[in-house]
Amino acid sequence: MTLSPVVALLLLGVGAPLIPGITTRTKAVFAGRRGAPVWQLYADLWKLWRRGLVYSTTTTWVFRLAPVILAATTLVAAALLPLDGSTAILAFAGDAVAFVYLLALGRFVLVLASLDTGSSFEGMGASREVAFASIAEVGLFVTIAGLAIASHSLSLTLMLGGGAPQATGRVPASAVLFAVSVFGLALAECSRVPVDDPATHLELTMVHEVMVLDNSGPDLALILYSSALKLGLFAAIILAILFPGARGSAWLSLGVLLSGFVVMGVAVGVVESMIARLRLPRVALYLAGASALALFGLILELQ
Amino acid sequence: MTRLAELLLLLVVLANFSVLATSRVSACIRAIAFQGLLLGALPLLLIPGWSTHTMVLAAGTALVKAGLLPWFLRWAIREASVRREVEPLIGYMASMLLGTAALAVAFAVAAVLPLPLPLAVTPLLVPVALVTVIIGLVVLITRSKAITQVVGYLMLENGIYLFGLTQSARVPFLVEIGVLLDVFVGVFVMGIVIFHINREFDSMSAANLRELRD
Repeated sequence: MTLSPVVALLLLGVGAPLIPGITTRTKAVFAGRRGAPVWQLYADLWKLWRRGLVYSTTTTWVFRLAPVILAATTLVAAALLPLDGSTAILAFAGDAVAFVYLLALGRFVLVLASLDTGSSFEGMGASREVAFASIAEVGLFVTIAGLAIASHSLSLTLMLGGGAPQATGRVPASAVLFAVSVFGLALAECSRVPVDDPATHLELTMVHEVMVLDNSGPDLALILYSSALKLGLFAAIILAILFPGARGSAWLSLGVLLSGFVVMGVAVGVVESMIARLRLPRVALYLAGASALALFGLILELQ
Repeated sequence: MTRLAELLLLLVVLANFSVLATSRVSACIRAIAFQGLLLGALPLLLIPGWSTHTMVLAAGTALVKAGLLPWFLRWAIREASVRREVEPLIGYMASMLLGTAALAVAFAVAAVLPLPLPLAVTPLLVPVALVTVIIGLVVLITRSKAITQVVGYLMLENGIYLFGLTQSARVPFLVEIGVLLDVFVGVFVMGIVIFHINREFDSMSAANLRELRD
């Protein structure tokens, strides 16, 4: 194994907190403000990391374990992706399913932790988060099925890295559909605007934010870091769907990945500036729409 | 050229889906106008050699389907003060599922249809035409307002037009102009009907048409 996938994973680990920063900056520019610096999340993480931990007396070990498992599953999921364009650190047949369920496992422990606090607000947020995620999963799996058909393989490395030798290569039209669909689903998975508003300050309307109200210090830092990491993961997936295959030198692939992060941050910021959050009943329709796009791509691949 | 045509056909399908998913009449009309614009551009990309006939066809299609008819529909809305909501008979989610089912059926059917297609035509054209016809029918059936039914009818006509494009080398001119006239007359009549329905029954629901018997 070459060093390149490890370096790419490191870049993801170090560079991912930039994405929410860029998003916030984009929103500020749209609103005519100067906004926080793009490295704000690094400062926040550093501040939280040095703080003490406060645990409610009603919580149990589940609450303490959840942030660690969340961060760990997200990092392992990242190791399954061909971040440098062609190779992943871990690859096996069916790792696409493992990828989706690693993300789901992280969400599951976070939901357990939020229920563990006994707060009814957090329970409501958890129920919404799970409801949205269960619909988004359909779209993710349809996309994975489409990519599997195009690349003749069940491994993310080949699906996103250019396909098996006998693969015909995917239809460009379907690649665009998959990319748009994954972007739509990523907004839901990462709790961004059409589905959830990360900037809201009312517990009743929060989805993801309300689940982590009781977390503090390093635990909260881990959760914030995992959210940023997730955005980075989806940025890497969209990048690989649109531009599959190796990218020349290792340095070039790192540059492409980094610019992918920047584009993702700007895109999320533009979406958040342009449209308002959807009403709860419309969210299901939005996710179904994203899944329908993926299904359209799948049908094109079957041609 | 074919790549661009495929992209446009993709957008045609997405316009279909946006009509299925939206709850606003004005958004429906915007989507159908956008679809009309795409249909206007398609002959330029699909029929080899830019003859005068092709140019006129493209310009005429864009003018009628993207300019005149949407304007006409908006005028009808304003004139008859139609309420802004679509009021579907089945939910938006169910419409969307029907749409995706239509997509699957259209692609499955188009793969086995024994059509004498000219070589230049992309394989996407026939399934997209079929799916546009089917989704047009779905809109026609599942939307209660007369104005949204006109949108469904227009979509159906767009599908037929797309299908006509596959045979444009064989049967030039007549088919296309016929379709355009058909659309024009259909919408004209329906527009007047809408106008009167709203005046007399104070409602745009097509269910009121049952009261028209002697």
